[in-house]
Amino acid sequence: MPKTFPKGGVHPPENKLTATHKIEVLPSPKIAYIPIIQHIGAPSTVIVKKGEDVKVGQIIAKSSGFVSANIHASVSGKILKIDETLDTSGYKRMAVHIEVAGDEWMPEIDNSTTLIKDINISAEEIISKVAQAGIVGLGGATFPSHVKLSVPKGKKCEYFIINGVECEPYLTSDHRLMLEKSEEIMVGIQIIMKALNVSKAIIGIENNKPDAIEKMTQLANSYPGVTVEALKVQYPQGGEKQLIKAVINREVPSGGLPIDVGCVVHNVGTIIAIYEAVQKNKPLFQSVVTVTGKSVKKPSNFLVRVGTPIRDLIEAAGGLPEDTGKIINGGPMMGKAVYSLDVPVAKGTSAVLILPQDEVKRRPMSSCIRCAKCVSACPMGLEPYLLMVAAEMENWERTEAENVMDCIECGSCSYTCPADRPLLDYIRLGKSTVSKIIRARKN
Amino acid sequence: MDKILISPSPHNLGKDSVKRLMYGVIIALIPAFGFSVYFYGIGALAVTLTAVLSSLCFEFLIAKFILKQKPTITDGSAIITGLLLAFNVPSNLPLWIVIIGALVAIGVAKMTFGGLGNNPFNPALVGRVFLLISFPVQMTSWPLPCSSRLTNWITARAENLDAFSGATPLAIVKEGLAKGDSMTSLMDSMPSHMEMFYGMMGGSLGEISAIALIVGGIYMIYRRIITWHIPVSTILTVFIFTGILWLINPEQNADPIFHILTGGVMLGAIFMATDYVTSPMSYKGMIIFGIGIGILTVLIRVWGAYPEGVSFAILIMNAFVPLINKYLKPKRFGEVKKK
Ligand code: SF4
Ligand code: SF4
Repeated sequence: MPKTFPKGGVHPPENKLTATHKIEVLPSPKIAYIPIIQHIGAPSTVIVKKGEDVKVGQIIAKSSGFVSANIHASVSGKILKIDETLDTSGYKRMAVHIEVAGDEWMPEIDNSTTLIKDINISAEEIISKVAQAGIVGLGGATFPSHVKLSVPKGKKCEYFIINGVECEPYLTSDHRLMLEKSEEIMVGIQIIMKALNVSKAIIGIENNKPDAIEKMTQLANSYPGVTVEALKVQYPQGGEKQLIKAVINREVPSGGLPIDVGCVVHNVGTIIAIYEAVQKNKPLFQSVVTVTGKSVKKPSNFLVRVGTPIRDLIEAAGGLPEDTGKIINGGPMMGKAVYSLDVPVAKGTSAVLILPQDEVKRRPMSSCIRCAKCVSACPMGLEPYLLMVAAEMENWERTEAENVMDCIECGSCSYTCPADRPLLDYIRLGKSTVSKIIRARKN
Repeated sequence: MDKILISPSPHNLGKDSVKRLMYGVIIALIPAFGFSVYFYGIGALAVTLTAVLSSLCFEFLIAKFILKQKPTITDGSAIITGLLLAFNVPSNLPLWIVIIGALVAIGVAKMTFGGLGNNPFNPALVGRVFLLISFPVQMTSWPLPCSSRLTNWITARAENLDAFSGATPLAIVKEGLAKGDSMTSLMDSMPSHMEMFYGMMGGSLGEISAIALIVGGIYMIYRRIITWHIPVSTILTVFIFTGILWLINPEQNADPIFHILTGGVMLGAIFMATDYVTSPMSYKGMIIFGIGIGILTVLIRVWGAYPEGVSFAILIMNAFVPLINKYLKPKRFGEVKKK
C-alpha cells in the first residue's frame, strides 16, 4: 500500500492536461513588470533608478531583512519607471518596469546546460548564495528559502523532504521538471543536504506520475541517502504538514514548523533554483508556468521570465478562449482569481488556469444538513461547519477556540460540501480576524 | 473581459449535492422495499405510497403557507422521511393512521424546527413513536409474511387484514418468557435464523429483511453517503451485549444473532441512526452514538416494557447529539505531539 496522510483529504478530478508537454521557452516580453514584493515577508528596497540600464540577473531590489528576498532583473534593457502596478495579489503594488533590449546576462551567470555535480562550498556559503539569489519557496507559499535552510539553534534536522507531489489539479510544472531536470534536482538535493547537515532525503511523489517516480528512483540509486516515496493520490498531500505525515508519519504540532519534528521541506522547483544559484551563479528570475484549461487551444508548460504579463502566456497557448469565466493564478483548489491579463508572472507563479463559464458559477447554498462531510474532509481535523457558523455570528472567541488558526486554507471543506456552503470564505474571515485579535493581545 | 469572475478559492466544487445524497439513500432503500412488497403484497405498496405522498404534501403546504419559505420538496428528504415512516409501521396499518404519522413526522418533528438541517430528532421516528403510543393495537398487529402474495395481488390487502400473526419474534419471546416458557421451546416455534435473514417473519413493513437492508447499507457506504461508524458500532454493540447475556443464561435470553436479525436493529442502525441531521459530526462521536443506541436497545428489549426498543434508543441518543458534538471533537492535526 502506498503511503498517504491518514486524516481528511479529497479527490478532485486531476485534469493534468499538460503532463506530457515538454517545457517550452517563452521569449522575453517587450516590457517586463517586476513586482518588488514576490515573497512572504518584508518588501524589498529598490536600488535602481528610472532610465538606468540593467542586465539579466542584475539585482534591482535588495532584501530588507532576514525574512525578505532580493529581486533581480529578468530581462536586459532600460528602466522605464517604478510605479504601482496590478499584480497577482489583486492589489496595485510597486513594480519595476523594464523595456527589453537584447538579452544581455550578467557575466558571472553560467547560462549553459552542463551539469555541475561537485559541490565545493561550505554550508554557510550555500545559505548566503541562496539568499543572494533571492530564492523563495515555489510550492505556493513563497517563503524565503534561505530562512528554511538555516536550522535554528537547539533544533536538529533529521530528514530533508522533497515535495514532488503537485496535488493541485491541472498543474504539471513540477512533474515536467522532475522529468526534464532530474539530475539538477539530485545535485540540488545534495547541496541542501549539505547546508542542513542531514544524511536522509526523501522525495515524495504521488503515484499518478509513474514516469517521474521511475526516473527519480533510478537516479536516486547513485546519490547516497536519497530515496523516493510513491504516495497514494490525495489532495492536499502537497501541504507541508500532510506530506511530512505521509512520508515519515510525524505530526507537526499545531502552530509549529516542520523543523519541530526534525524536517525541512522544499519543493522540486525551489531545489532547481537552489542548484542554479549555487552551481551556476544564477539568481531566480524565471518560472515554469503551466498554462492550461479545458478550452485552452494549446495547453503548455512554459519557462517564463518573471515580469511577463500573463497575456503573453495565454497568447502563446492559443489565446483567451471564448467561454472564459475565470482566470486563476495557480490551481483550482488554492489559486487566486485575477481580473486582468496585465498581471505579471512572479517567482511563485506556477500556473495560469482558465476555467470556462459553466464551471465557475457558484451554486446557491442551502442549509447545512450536518452530513459531517466537511469534518471528514478536513486534513487538519477541524470542524468547518462549526467554524463557519462561529465566524458568521462573529463569535471570535469560539472561532479561535475551535482552532481556526490551524486551517491551511486547502479548500477541501468547501469542495466537498453537498449544500454548497462557502465554508472557506467564512473561515478565512475568521482566521484574519482572529489573527488580528491575537496580535493585539501580544502587544 | 466583463464576464470574468473573481471569487476566492476553491474554484472547483465537488459533485455531491444534497439531492444526490438523498436520492442515493432512496436507491438504497429499494431492495428492502422490494422484499417488503414480495412478503406483504399490495398492502406494503399502499402504505409506502401514502406515507411518501402525504409527507411531500405536508412539507409543501407547511413551507408554502405557514413558514412562507420556498418549498424544498425536491431535495428528496421528505421522500426519505415518508419511506422510513412506512418502513417502521405494519403493512396493514389503516391509511388514515399513516397520514397522521406523516403529519407528525413532517409537521411536528421537522418543519417546526425550521426544516431540513435543524430538527434535533429523526422525523420518521417521532412519527412512528407517536403512532405507537396513540394507536398501540393497530401498530402492533402484523400480517404474516407470505411469499405467495405476489400471485394474489388483488386480494392481498383484504387478506392481510385477517392474517394477523399477532406478534413479532421479539414480542413472542417477551411474552413467552413472562409466562415462564423456556427459550428453547420459544425458539422452536420461530422461523430459523436463515429465514429471518431473508425476512420471513412478522414485523414492520421495511425492517424484516436483514439481507436487503445490508445490501442498501453497503451501497451507501460505497457511494460515500454514510460511513461505517454508526451502523457497525450499533449492530456490534447489540450483538456483544446480547451475546454476554446469552452466555450467562441461554434459557432466559435469546442468542445474539436472533437479536440483530429481528426487530428494527438493521433498519435502525443502517437507515435511521445514520440520518445526517440527527447524528454526531465526528467519527469518535458516531461510534459512541452507535454504542449508546445498541445498549439502550438491549436494555429496553430485555428489561423494558416494550418488546422492541430501537426507535426509543435512537430518539434518546438524538437528544445527546449536541453534547456528543461538544465533547467528542475530531482529533485535531498536531494536537497530541504538542509538548
Ligand atoms: S477548514 Fe481549512 S484546513 Fe480544513 S478543509 Fe477547510 S480549508 Fe482545509
Ligand atoms: S459538508 Fe456542508 S452540509 Fe455537510 S456538515 Fe459540512 S457544512 Fe454542513
